[in-house]
Amino acid sequence: MADPRVNGGQSAPPRRLSWNDPDVRSVVYQVVAVALVGIVGWFLVSNTLHNLSTRNISTGFDFLSRESGFAIGESPIAFGPENTYARAILVGILNTIRIAVIGVILATILGTIIGIARLSKNWLVAKIAMIYVEVIRNVPLLLQLFFWYALITETLPGPRQAINVMPGVFMSNRGIKVPAPTEHFAFDLAAIGFMLAFVLIFIMVNLAKKRQDATGKAFPVYRGGLALLIGMPLLGWLIGGAPWELDVPKLQGFNFVGGATLTPEFAALLFGLVLYTAGFIAEVVRSGIQAVNYGQWEAASALGLSRSQTLRLIVLPQSLRVIIPPMTSQYLNLTKNSSLAVAIGYPDIVSIANTTLNQTGQAIEGIMIIMAVYLSISLSISLFMNWYNKHIALVER
Amino acid sequence: MKLLATAAAAAALVFVAQGAQAGATFDAIKAKGFVQCGMNGGVGGFGAPDAKGEMKGIDVDLCRAVAAAMFGDANKVKHTPLTAQQRFTALQSGEVDLLARNTTQTLTRDASLGLIGAGVNYYDGQGFMVTKKLGVKSAKELNGATVCVQPGTTTELNLADYFRANKMTFKPVVIEKLDEVVGAYASGRCDVYTTDISGLASTRATQLPNADDHIILPEVISKEPLGPLVRQGDDTWLVVVRWTLNAMIEAEEYGITSANVDEMLKSDNPNIKRILGVTPGGGKALGLDEKWAYNIIKQVGNYGESFERNVGKGSALKLDRGVNALWTNGGLMYAWPIR
Ligand SMILES: N[C@@H](CCC(=O)N[C@@H](CS)C(=O)NCC(=O)O)C(=O)O
Repeated sequence: MADPRVNGGQSAPPRRLSWNDPDVRSVVYQVVAVALVGIVGWFLVSNTLHNLSTRNISTGFDFLSRESGFAIGESPIAFGPENTYARAILVGILNTIRIAVIGVILATILGTIIGIARLSKNWLVAKIAMIYVEVIRNVPLLLQLFFWYALITETLPGPRQAINVMPGVFMSNRGIKVPAPTEHFAFDLAAIGFMLAFVLIFIMVNLAKKRQDATGKAFPVYRGGLALLIGMPLLGWLIGGAPWELDVPKLQGFNFVGGATLTPEFAALLFGLVLYTAGFIAEVVRSGIQAVNYGQWEAASALGLSRSQTLRLIVLPQSLRVIIPPMTSQYLNLTKNSSLAVAIGYPDIVSIANTTLNQTGQAIEGIMIIMAVYLSISLSISLFMNWYNKHIALVER
Repeated sequence: MKLLATAAAAAALVFVAQGAQAGATFDAIKAKGFVQCGMNGGVGGFGAPDAKGEMKGIDVDLCRAVAAAMFGDANKVKHTPLTAQQRFTALQSGEVDLLARNTTQTLTRDASLGLIGAGVNYYDGQGFMVTKKLGVKSAKELNGATVCVQPGTTTELNLADYFRANKMTFKPVVIEKLDEVVGAYASGRCDVYTTDISGLASTRATQLPNADDHIILPEVISKEPLGPLVRQGDDTWLVVVRWTLNAMIEAEEYGITSANVDEMLKSDNPNIKRILGVTPGGGKALGLDEKWAYNIIKQVGNYGESFERNVGKGSALKLDRGVNALWTNGGLMYAWPIR
C-alpha cells in the first residue's frame, strides 16, 4: 500500500499512506464502490446490447426521427401522424406536465381548505371534512378514475343532444366545449400581460414588506395582486386592439367544431387526481397547523387578532415548515399517479411511450424514456420545493 | 401495472445470460413438458374462457395443436393472457414460447422485433363498427368522427392512414384494455369502434348488450394476416409451429377430421398416409413422434373444424369462411405439402 516516494517528501508533514488512516480507507472504499457500480453498469449495458443484437431486436434511438403514423387525441402543440416519434413523445411530456401542474395547484387549494375545515369549530363542517378524507384516501385511485370517467361518459348525452349550459358552452360525452379566443395578436399580448403580472406581484410583495418594516404601514397586497392579475392581461388585450370575435363551438356532423375542449379523459383524470391528492394534502395541512404551539393562538388573540387573521398571519406561516416536506411528496405522488391515465385514454407520456415502444418494438428505449421523464419532473419538483423550504426556514424565528 | 409487466419483461432482456443456440427453445419446451402460449384473454372466438373457465378459440386451438404435436397431448398448454401492448415483449423475453393472439404479420414485426411469423391462421382486414342510430352507411362519411381504438396495434396505424388518405379528420380515444375501450364506445364517447373485422364481430356478439344495434361498415381498410409468431433463433421450433398449422389445413383438404381420423389410417391415399405417419419420415424430420399430425387432428381437429366451432357457423360470431376457405374452394388457405 505505502508509497515510498511519499515518505521521501521534503517539507510536507510526514504522512504515511497507511491502512490505519481513516481518510485513506474511505478513499479506497469509495474508489472500489464506484468501480463496482461501473463494472455492473457496463455489464448490464453491454449484456443487454449483446442480447438484443443476437435476438435481432433493433436498438438505439434512431426511431425517434421516423414518422410516427399514429394520431393523438389531445395535444397542446399541433400533432399529426406525419410527425415523428420524437414529437409524439414531446406531446406526451407536455400532456403529463399539463395534468401535473394544474393538478398540483388545484389539489393544494382544495386540500388546504379541507385541512382547515377539519379543524373547524363547526361540528358539521369538521365531520364532513373528516368523512371526505377517510373515504377518498381509502378507495384505490384507479377505481376513482374509472368512476369519474364512467360518470362523465355514461351520464352526459351525445353531442347532438348536448346540454347548452350557457350561450356557447356545451356539455356532452365528448367533453365540455367553450368559446375560445380566435388567433389574434391581442390574445398573445394578454398572455404576456398575465405572466408579467406574476413578476410585478413578486416585486410588489417585496416592496410592501420593506415599507411595512420601515413605516409599519401595511399595503393591501391581496387586492393589489388581484388587480394586477386582471389588469395586466386586460391591458395587453386593449393594446392589441381589443378584438371581440370568439371562436364559438357549433355542431357539425358528428361533433362540435371550434372553441376549446375539456375532454372527458382530461377531466376524469384531473378530478380523480385532485380529489384523491387533496385528501392527503388535507391531512398534511391539518397536522401542520396542529404542530404550531397553541400558545401562538392565545398570544394572537390577546393581541386582538381574529381567528382567521391568526390562522393566516401567525399559524399558517409557521406551519409551513412542517407542511412543505410531506407536501413535496404529495406533489410527487400526484405526478407519478398521473401515469394511470392509460387506463382511461388520456395521452400522457406513459400512454404515448407505450404505443411507441409497441409500434417500434423498442421496449427498453421506451421504458428508459418514461423513466427519464418522470425522474426529471420529480427532481424538478423536489429541487423547487427544497429551495422553497429553505426560503421559508429563513423567515422562521 | 401494465407498465410494470412490460418493464419486467424488458428487464429480462437486460439480465438474461448471453447466447442462444439453435434448438434451445425446442429443447427447453420438451424438457419442461408444456407449451407456454401468449394469447387473448377475452376475445371470444380467438382466445377467451368459456362458461367452464376453459380457454377456447381458434388461436387457442392452434396452441393446443402444437402441444399435441410436441407431446401427443393437446392439454399440455399453459396460457398467458396478453394485451396488445404486452405481447411482443412477452415473446421476446421468453415469458411465452409462442404468440397466437390475432396478431398481424407485418414487416416491422418480422424484421425488427427479433420475432418471426410462422404462418397465417386467419386472413382478416380492418373495419369500422357504428351504432345503427348514427345513420352512417359508409366509412367515407366518417369525417370528424371520434374513434375508439386500442394502442399498440396495426389498427391504430391503419386508422390514421385511412383518414389521411381520404383527407378526413378524426379524434382518437386510445384505451389499452379491451373492456374499457368497448365500454367507451358503448357509452357513446366514440362514434366508431375500429379493429380487425373478426374482432368487431366478436365484440358485437360477445361484449355489447344489444348486437342488433350495431353495424359493421362495408369498407375493409387494410390487410390483416393474423397468425402465430415465435422468437427468431430457433428454427426447429419455428418449423414445428409452421407445420402444425399446415397439418391442420392439409387435413381439411384431404377430408381428415377428428371423427374419421382413425378410419383414415387405413386409407391408401399416399398423401393421407404421409400426413398420418402411416408412411413414416415426417415426424422424425421434425424431431417429433410420427403420429404428430394424427394427434393434432384427433385431439383438436382440422382447420375447418376449428374455424366453424370457434368463429364460424357453430359459434356466436357466425363469420363466413370467406377468404379463409380452402384454395380449392376459392379461398386463401393453401397449405404447403406434407412430404
Ligand atoms: N391484428 C391487430 C390487432 C389485434 C388486437 O389487439 N385486437 C384487439 C381487438 S379484437 C384485441 O385482441 N384485444 C384484446 C385485448 O386487448 O385483450 C394487430 O396485430 O395489431
